[in-house]
Amino acid sequence: MTRGPVSTTAVRDWLWFLGGRLLQGLFVLWAAFTLVFVVVYLLPSDPIRLMVSGSGTEFANADDAALDELRKQYGLDQHPVLQYLHALGDAVRGDFGISIQTGRPVTEMIGDALAETAALGAFALLIGLVLGFGVALAATLTPLRPLRQLLLSLPAAGVSVPSFWVGLLLIQYFAFELGWFPPLGGKGINGLTLPAVTLAIPTAAFVAQILAKSLATTMAEPYIEVVRAKGASRAHTLFTDALRNAALPLLTMVGMIVGNILAGSVVVETVFSRMGLGRITYEAVNAQDIPVMLAVVTFAATVFVLLGIVVDILYPLLDPRIGSRVRRSVSAGKPAAGKPAAAALSAGKFAPVHQVAERTAS
Amino acid sequence: MARKRRIERWVAVSMLAALTLSACSSDNDASSIGPTGDPVPGGTLKIGTGADPICVDPNQTDLTATRDILRQVADSLVDADPETGEIVPWLATEWVVNDDATVFEFGLRSGVTFSNGEVFDGAAAKAFLDGVDALGGRAFNASSYLQDYAGTEVLAPDRVKVTFDQPNASFLQALSTVNMAVLSPSTYQLPPEQRCLGQISASGAFVLDHYTPTQEVVLTKRAGYAWPSANAQHEGEAYLDRVEYRVIPEAGVRVGSLRSGEVDLINQVPQQDEDVLKASGFGVTSTNNPGTVFEYLTNNGSPILSDERVRKAIQFGIDREEYRATVLLPRYNLATSVLSSTTPHYTDFSQYIKYEPEESKRLLDEAGWQEGPDGIRVKDGKRLSLTVLNGHGSGSDSYELVAQQLRRIGVELIIRTVSRAEMLAALDSGQYDFVPYGFTRADPAALTMHFTTKRNNPLRLPPSELDTYLEQQAAAARPEDRQVAIDNAARYITEHALVILLHEQSVAHAHSDALGGLRWEPGAQVSLYDAWLQR
Repeated sequence: MTRGPVSTTAVRDWLWFLGGRLLQGLFVLWAAFTLVFVVVYLLPSDPIRLMVSGSGTEFANADDAALDELRKQYGLDQHPVLQYLHALGDAVRGDFGISIQTGRPVTEMIGDALAETAALGAFALLIGLVLGFGVALAATLTPLRPLRQLLLSLPAAGVSVPSFWVGLLLIQYFAFELGWFPPLGGKGINGLTLPAVTLAIPTAAFVAQILAKSLATTMAEPYIEVVRAKGASRAHTLFTDALRNAALPLLTMVGMIVGNILAGSVVVETVFSRMGLGRITYEAVNAQDIPVMLAVVTFAATVFVLLGIVVDILYPLLDPRIGSRVRRSVSAGKPAAGKPAAAALSAGKFAPVHQVAERTAS
Repeated sequence: MARKRRIERWVAVSMLAALTLSACSSDNDASSIGPTGDPVPGGTLKIGTGADPICVDPNQTDLTATRDILRQVADSLVDADPETGEIVPWLATEWVVNDDATVFEFGLRSGVTFSNGEVFDGAAAKAFLDGVDALGGRAFNASSYLQDYAGTEVLAPDRVKVTFDQPNASFLQALSTVNMAVLSPSTYQLPPEQRCLGQISASGAFVLDHYTPTQEVVLTKRAGYAWPSANAQHEGEAYLDRVEYRVIPEAGVRVGSLRSGEVDLINQVPQQDEDVLKASGFGVTSTNNPGTVFEYLTNNGSPILSDERVRKAIQFGIDREEYRATVLLPRYNLATSVLSSTTPHYTDFSQYIKYEPEESKRLLDEAGWQEGPDGIRVKDGKRLSLTVLNGHGSGSDSYELVAQQLRRIGVELIIRTVSRAEMLAALDSGQYDFVPYGFTRADPAALTMHFTTKRNNPLRLPPSELDTYLEQQAAAARPEDRQVAIDNAARYITEHALVILLHEQSVAHAHSDALGGLRWEPGAQVSLYDAWLQR
């Protein structure tokens, strides 16, 4: 993968492209924020009623004057448009206000929870990648057809089993029966293992599915046949020539994988009594805690956008074919952000690279 | 031990397969499980609680599980006998109430201090009542107990006079609740949000060490504590050195944590696990909640349900015995009034809550609802179809059963599972037929929560003599007068079937055999003051 000297035009094109992607990203963030705000306001209920409603089958009879006073305190008595502008302005400055349910500053809540979920998610991602690669490689290498079929059916099973069930099963045997791991929360690797494994299973299934399919395509490519014809073994070809190319589509899926882990944390953190973003999300949705919901969605959207941009930057470095296509398309036409990817592609114009890559991968 | 293992495994299977165990009647006396001999001090009690406390200020919280925690931390001016509801001394040693229940004079205990060193005296009592009053809507229960509060006057260092603009006969009972627990004067200077996060000091037998949201609450023993309520079984400091509440939201994990010895006490025991826990040597202690029974709040303003005959037909169309046998445990009490039998001033009105399907059919015929082609009654081309909004996230099988039973008398009951938010909104807007409900309070004043038309009247009741009865009970300083007013109110509600009544609510805690001395306080709260661990 040698690259020629980088010309100034290429750098300029590249910056243009990056600037476009950043703008797109900001648009996505704004859209996510606005959508959640609108949805929350369409819900037929009142967070203040929920705040004072008690628990179980109990709920206090609302005293309208007292409720109005509380709405005022949280700024919920203003016109929705004003509330929206207010919330948006504060959010741009990184201030998401005070949680209605807990009374804590939202950024502080998210900050506390983020470290926990990041550790759990990173560990789960690691386990998921190892398992996923293992299954895909084993399925590609095995000469036994039934075994290959079995391995290839694992991903479907992996995404089908509900996480809460897997989690309960693991707690039951590895924590309560065998006592190897703590059943609740717990710090360090020991406390992280069971929830991370639970969270890793759908991730592994996802990785295995994509990689196995991509490996099958790659192994059928003419250049592999050439290598094989020169006398290289199947395993040798797989590891030295096919794997690197076949793994590229996975990179475009990083956003999806991280998204799945974030979504999975809602269930896993509840089952394992852990603190984290998922748990906060669950509680906030139940209590219709608007500031927290807005912050969580904005955070998740930010993660998606940043990952997308990072992938866009990395991909051409790993696959020069894509890099040249981007440069060509940028210099050939003006940016046309917002158009459907397929249309943009067929017109030979600008398109985000990960969309180009998805097409080349499929 | 081997046997225990096997049972554990079996429980795991049953839990994971979501198999509901049918209840076999072995109504063990809960108090028989636990250590024998004299209590020994020391040890750390670990508790698995199902709900994040969210706000650890006794005055602000409305969550039952949170009140359970704060009962250990904060004392009240008075306590109530869990059996009779009789008000007994605590931080106040004596009290005098005037004839129309508007002026309350208290003599206060001396020698009481808060955990931050402040002294409990008349000024502190005034700071407490003014402080709760200032919380307004932030303290929903507590502020409703203080409605029409005019102020507190310090008559002497150990004497205060509390005045109301309107009669408040349930005030003494209100003072015994956790929501009206006393915090130190300087605590009331802090913003309510900070109090929620644990910056409180009180005079209880335990001190709140810290609260980590969604994770844990830790309490430590208050050294030198010497002022327990008259309900306590011993004097002096609490036995336990430390109490750790772990938040375990998932019921299966909570039960598993108890079985594996991770914790010694859990709350919110799933019904299907009670008998299995008992069978494997764990104690299950339960209590019937005082206050209103589990009921379907009924929209008396809806076109169909405004007809009393229809409401009565539904009341008589529910087979509560079958309901208990199918979806409850034998220990549950069926509704015999709108108030549960553990509420002070309760009287049996079961003659209005009986199961009589023939009478139901007769009433519906009389009201003009004739049997339609599919068995559901019809009137003027309209089906007798009603909806219950289940916003509690559980208990769906109980609604299915009621729907089956009502079908037998030609009434269709549609069950809509909604969010809690949607359910509350429906009550406000009046867009509902039935909303399941039950309000726990160890005083018949629980009735004022929804049955008065003077507030926002979610039942859409027309003004009636019921309002008068509810006002009379609030104004009656003498127990005999109050009894008459409460009986009138409860009779009116049951006789006219203003709500559909099911069963008394009940809460259960389960504990290991090493834990003794658990004591129920009124309002279905647990006190850990007398609790001790065998080691």
